[in-house]
Amino acid sequence: MTTQTQAAPDADGLRAAVAAFLAAHDPTGGDPLDFLRARFDAGLAWVHYPAGLGGRGMSRSLQTAVDRAFADAHAPGNHPERNGIGLGMAAPTILACGSAEQQQRWLRPLWTGEEIWCQLFSEPGAGSDLAGLATRAVRDGDDWVVNGQKVWTSSAHVARRALLVARTDPDVPKHDGLTYFALDMRQPGVEVRPLRQMTGEAEFNEVFLTDARVSDADRIGEVGQGWQVAMATLMNERVSIGGGAAPREGGMIASAARTWRQRPELRSPGLHDRILRLWADAEVARLAGIRLRQQLAAGQPGPEGSAAKLVFARLNQEISDFEVELTGPDGLRYDDWTMRRPEGANFFGRNPAYRFLRSRGNSIEGGTSEILRNIIAERVLGLPREQRADTGPWKDLPR
Amino acid sequence: MSQVAAADVGQPGGPADLLYGETEDELRAAVRAVLTDKAAWRAVLARTETAQTYDELLWRTLAADVGCAGLLVPESGGGAGASYREAAVVAEELGRAVAPVPFLGSAVVATTALLAAGADGLLGELASGAVTAVLAVPFAAIPGRGSAGGARLVGPRPGDGPGAHRLSGTVPGVADALPADVLLIPADGVPFGLYEVRVGAEGVSKAPFASLDMTRQLCDLHLDGVLARQIASGDSAARAVDSALLAGAGILASELLGVAQQCLDLTVSYVKERRQFARQIGSFQAIKHRLADLWVSVTLARAAARSAAAGLAGLTELLSDVKVGVPGSPAGLVPAAETEVAVAVALAKAVCSDVAVKAAEEMVQLHGGIGFTWEHPAHLYLKRAKADSIGFGTADAHRASLATLANLPAAPDAT
Repeated sequence: MTTQTQAAPDADGLRAAVAAFLAAHDPTGGDPLDFLRARFDAGLAWVHYPAGLGGRGMSRSLQTAVDRAFADAHAPGNHPERNGIGLGMAAPTILACGSAEQQQRWLRPLWTGEEIWCQLFSEPGAGSDLAGLATRAVRDGDDWVVNGQKVWTSSAHVARRALLVARTDPDVPKHDGLTYFALDMRQPGVEVRPLRQMTGEAEFNEVFLTDARVSDADRIGEVGQGWQVAMATLMNERVSIGGGAAPREGGMIASAARTWRQRPELRSPGLHDRILRLWADAEVARLAGIRLRQQLAAGQPGPEGSAAKLVFARLNQEISDFEVELTGPDGLRYDDWTMRRPEGANFFGRNPAYRFLRSRGNSIEGGTSEILRNIIAERVLGLPREQRADTGPWKDLPR
Repeated sequence: MSQVAAADVGQPGGPADLLYGETEDELRAAVRAVLTDKAAWRAVLARTETAQTYDELLWRTLAADVGCAGLLVPESGGGAGASYREAAVVAEELGRAVAPVPFLGSAVVATTALLAAGADGLLGELASGAVTAVLAVPFAAIPGRGSAGGARLVGPRPGDGPGAHRLSGTVPGVADALPADVLLIPADGVPFGLYEVRVGAEGVSKAPFASLDMTRQLCDLHLDGVLARQIASGDSAARAVDSALLAGAGILASELLGVAQQCLDLTVSYVKERRQFARQIGSFQAIKHRLADLWVSVTLARAAARSAAAGLAGLTELLSDVKVGVPGSPAGLVPAAETEVAVAVALAKAVCSDVAVKAAEEMVQLHGGIGFTWEHPAHLYLKRAKADSIGFGTADAHRASLATLANLPAAPDAT
């Protein structure tokens, strides 16, 4: 990337730009999509992105004020909750590893919400061992032909495009034979089936790829560099899963604390000790999140980000465990087993038993807690790697 | 809810800065250089079996040459005019070296009591390192739970002038009293008061005892009708003692952080060297995962410890602004800020106590047999961590404080 970063981000100038844009574009009258496209073209979509790609190379911290100004003007929103994978993972990956042409082509419809993205990474035979995946992509003229099965794909049923990692060379060690693509999901070779989870709903899908085609122009990074690109995506995933800002009692502890305050009859000495521990743990995790963001803002990116997702998963599980027990007889009630397709995990619209079940996934999705511990041990603490049995050509590995 | 909502008001400028500043990094380097030179663990261990368990020479170097004694004392009073943020960094380093010096007792707890009482007279002597003081309370005293340590005001003796005060009683298990020249004694009476007694005065004796942590040996203080000078009385005295205990707990959290970090560092380097089954034991996942979890815990402890130090520093600044009438610093902010600092200290002391003890226990276990011997430093850290975890309130006591501070009350029949 050539640098388009401005030296001194000017909050006043930005405020003026937002005001000028709102004066020139009716936020409530016209077509919402036209408005969003114009906002992108004016560099007011995500100010930390480069000029020409929806931003102005400014500090990310200035975004909040921009979003607030548009919300205050009742301007149409891009509904980020519908495109979490797109905004949280695809966009940073495209920005870091995509070509200029790909960035021009994909980032605007991604940001406006016209094109939802999903992620075709995990497979039935490749979970923690993602680099062992077996979905094949074979070159055919200007295209690649893709065959295989993917799993745990949220938003696949509504997605226009997918981040796809496929094996393009089975004759080299597993990490070296992967290539990264952006796959068009609207084609005959792509079949999406809901994958129902223990909560009764289906946030995720299985995706069957049968002679699906992807143009070589939609390859992200070099052939054989898919693992490196995928790592960039996954680091963004872990930051977006574990690293969000929240006020005190902003997470799952909120509901447990509210119940504790409102229903004295549920209290016992043993539960009291537990809620005090959980409240303290949640607040300390929040402080650690604040400190992590201060480190990033000061240009000292530390390894502490790796801790955030581990802590978030443990806390969600412990707090929801507690909350079900606290509510006693009511903890035996579930709100709804109906098979539904929610737009994303929402802990707060459901009851404690739902949170208890859904949080089991937190230590599995986006890198299991065991894999994260390996990463911390090896990359942060510098401990020796496990002795490996999978260093030969991928096609010769026992499966 | 009201307590928590009020607490959030206590940070008008948004979240406190939880990073280390340049001054703090420089101070850390200076302290570490002295400790590396003069407090190697073998020397620290050897001193625990001598009659003088505190290293007074080391303390003079840190106090006077590095300036640790006067960190909290304003420049006008002969100190460095620094804050609890810097004091916390010194405490981290002292914990890392399990150094036997009375920094916590004299430069933090006693100094805070004198600052809060407005007793400027002694502060200059303390700041220069010429005099070492201690607040006469049990090491296990809990902030916010009453102030007296066992001393009481007794009647005058024949020949005492008007306004003479005499104290009697025993204060058990006082930390950093052994090297102290001056005792600051909270004493029950009418009214409650804070008194100054010079060691060597008639009727004062220190009775050291074999302590769990001999790098901070405790003693009982016996007072038998000793003549004392009153420093503060009534609410002012009680506030001074409360402030001192809160600062003690907050800075002790940073000392525990230093202990925990050192246990982690030493253990990580050991498992990289130690070979069994023809491989480094640090390549076994059973060990890697334990150390990864410990690293996560230390990361959390650091955020909590920095929050407590920053909170104590911010409150001091606010109180001083209010006192001198800086515009925009209304006294109405003080109660909320005090609640916020109490939350931060309770969190920090609770989490750092648990994490440091865990870190030291992991250090012993992951060192195997050598970690159980006298000839290895692991036991020094285990003893310091466990004793510190009780000092100025256990994790449990501080979580119990959160019941009030965060409005999470106990079961109705259990109160």
